Amino acid sequence: MRTSSPLLTMRGIVKTFPGVRALDGVDLEVLPGEVHCLLGQNGAGKSTLIKVLSGAHRPDEGEIVLAGEPVRFPNPTAATRHGIATIYQELDLVDGLSVAENIFLGHEPGRREARHRTEQLLARLGHAEISPPTLVGRLSPAAKQVVSIARALSYDARLIVMDEPSAALAHDEVANLFRIIGELTASGVSVVFITHRLDEIRQIGDRITVLKDGRTVARGLPADTATTKIVPLMTGRSVDHVFPPRRGTPGKAVLRVDGLALAGHFEPISFEVRAGEIVGLAGLVGSGRSEILETIYGARRRTAGRVLVDDVRPARGGTRAAVAAGMGLAPEERKSQGLLMLESVARNISLASLGRYSRYGWHDRRREHAEAAEQISALDLRPPDPHRPIRTLSGGNQQKAILGRWLLRGCRVLLLDEPTRGVDVGARSEIYGQIRGLAEEGVAVLLVSSEIPEVLGLADRVLVVRDGRVIAEHDAAELDEHRVLDMIMEGSVL
Amino acid sequence: MRTIVKASAAPVSLRARDLRHVPLVVALAVLFVLGTVMKPDTFPTTSNMVTILTLASEIGVVTVGMTFVIIGGGIDLSVGAIMALSSIWATTVATQSYGWAGMAFAAIVVGLACGLVNGLLIAYGGLVPFIVTLASMVAARGLAEQISDRHSQIVTDATFLKLAYNRVLGVPLLVYLFLAVVVAGWLVLNRTTFGRRTFAVGGNREAARLAGIDVRRHTLLLYVISGLCCGIAAIMLTSQANTGSSTHGTLYELDAIAAVVIGGTLLTGGSGSIAGSILGVLVFTTIQDLFILANLQQPIQEIAKGAIIAVVLLIQRWNRRTT
Repeated sequence: MRTSSPLLTMRGIVKTFPGVRALDGVDLEVLPGEVHCLLGQNGAGKSTLIKVLSGAHRPDEGEIVLAGEPVRFPNPTAATRHGIATIYQELDLVDGLSVAENIFLGHEPGRREARHRTEQLLARLGHAEISPPTLVGRLSPAAKQVVSIARALSYDARLIVMDEPSAALAHDEVANLFRIIGELTASGVSVVFITHRLDEIRQIGDRITVLKDGRTVARGLPADTATTKIVPLMTGRSVDHVFPPRRGTPGKAVLRVDGLALAGHFEPISFEVRAGEIVGLAGLVGSGRSEILETIYGARRRTAGRVLVDDVRPARGGTRAAVAAGMGLAPEERKSQGLLMLESVARNISLASLGRYSRYGWHDRRREHAEAAEQISALDLRPPDPHRPIRTLSGGNQQKAILGRWLLRGCRVLLLDEPTRGVDVGARSEIYGQIRGLAEEGVAVLLVSSEIPEVLGLADRVLVVRDGRVIAEHDAAELDEHRVLDMIMEGSVL
Repeated sequence: MRTIVKASAAPVSLRARDLRHVPLVVALAVLFVLGTVMKPDTFPTTSNMVTILTLASEIGVVTVGMTFVIIGGGIDLSVGAIMALSSIWATTVATQSYGWAGMAFAAIVVGLACGLVNGLLIAYGGLVPFIVTLASMVAARGLAEQISDRHSQIVTDATFLKLAYNRVLGVPLLVYLFLAVVVAGWLVLNRTTFGRRTFAVGGNREAARLAGIDVRRHTLLLYVISGLCCGIAAIMLTSQANTGSSTHGTLYELDAIAAVVIGGTLLTGGSGSIAGSILGVLVFTTIQDLFILANLQQPIQEIAKGAIIAVVLLIQRWNRRTT
């Protein structure tokens, strides 16, 4: 197998977006019938690369050779026609349609034929028990994944790209997925497998390609390469921003989390965040880190434990009580969870403080506007125009507006979920400075980020989360990127 | 600093806001020109203007409530049926024995109660507004028929009828009531903290919740406001028709929604205005008036109405894309 010519070769792929060079000369070579693992930290370019491969993005430069022929994919259909199928993290199945209808969506062969071929495909995948007329919405996540794979096969796929397929699965379901992957490769199909878990790569991978900063830093490594060799390849990314210096010693505990748990997401955890301190939660997507933030905030109903702010338990009543107790949250999905996209910058900043401007119900618009404008200038939000619709601002300035919301409200505890997602490099340093500035004013900050350098650079103390458990707690100064990456990927506490 | 901010403020946002009612104002102007040309003797007269406002009164009051609900991200299909139930309850023999005040009180309380039921089911029961208000639309009208046994109930209290028939400065009292509701609605939506929360809840429910706003209580109150408006409209209609009837307010929900939508309010919530909705109502009632004067058939009027909705929405969409 090693001697056969590659099924897919991507060479010198470049893809730029306004302000970002997402791919800067990536090479990838996949052999027939192998499981090729793609490794890299968040932002390394994995997602962009598979979008190029699946025809969702068109590359600016570089060539793609499939089975010896140069190809171009102007759209996803073209990639499918060439036998490349992609299974994304969020499975794109229609819950209201049957298994057979989903598999043949867009290329329906006729009812009886569809049913017959669905049975064949599912039998080939070892899941004859899934019945073609069943509605997909009734299936488990694992069964849905099988249906997605069956759909890929229905296009006679030669290459199947799987983006973190194990993230949503339970342990025994993962074993079954791996068995299917084994059978696919035995029949000559190649699989490009994206994961963050080295143990999975050891189990089913043949070779590894490592990406960093939009470039291929190692290609075709054997899957049993030692962790100590792989992790250094992924780390040490070029960092263009400066983290603000840490100053002073934190005060007394402001946020106390005591045995807090959310069944099915994370096990009981206890920790505290002191005044002036920034605590970072490091972990992979799906590790439970965002759920921890949202449960502390009361946006999810905890199944055990308690949360104290300044030794007081917030009253019952979810997020409203949390805000009243002095908490603020900058949510993970800025647009869908944070912003009023139809409204002005000023009205987005004042959202959490509306009650303050109410005099017997009348709204003091002048004061609201003036105080929002003060935040705009304090945060150096650009353009400094309170009337401008927030949707016209860059991601970094939108994030500043959300910080401004909680600055205006004046909170004791600030929970930040991915505060620099979609924020350009210049604005990042500013936001880091503003977060540190808040801490210095005595706010307790709890930070979640997928970017390990960000957690290490900004936080004073780091909790490492894996599979819904806090597996380590250290001062940020004692940790380096290697150790954190090793812990969240391997689960081994060094 | 503040002055700098103000100086740079206007261009981006204000222009779009100023222009948003232009298509409707133009439509209204075209209708007036058309009316003046077609019926120069009867259309451009003071008494006809009063007629148009009178025609607009009940549906206008309902539309104010509907505007709140839709900006807040919901919909209320039950408004016409609530009006029928309110008018029936206000005109039973028992209620009428309490005089005009008792009748008005009954109509208001029924409206509030229906709004409360809608609001509780939607905000705290987690049900879809479309379905809940569809159910209460059917149930409320059914209840109105049950109570009245499908008979019209004639109003015996002379004072109650004064609302529709007494005039001040040549204008019926109910038109003043309509204008008062419009002004109150505008003030609540644009000048109170409640109004600001309405835009926030409709614009992004999750963001409002995470910012500590009590989204459920607010949603409940929006349906109560709509119910209150239905109660007031029921008093006006009952006074005008001289009877309570289980057929009052039939299809008002569609007229109100249409007026709100051509008034520039997004059906998805978070954006809209009372002024636009009322302009929408005036466009519809002017058409209605014109057709009565010209002695044209009801079906043609419906066709014209449908065409206007489509044209205004197309112009708005085109406007939004270019700004």
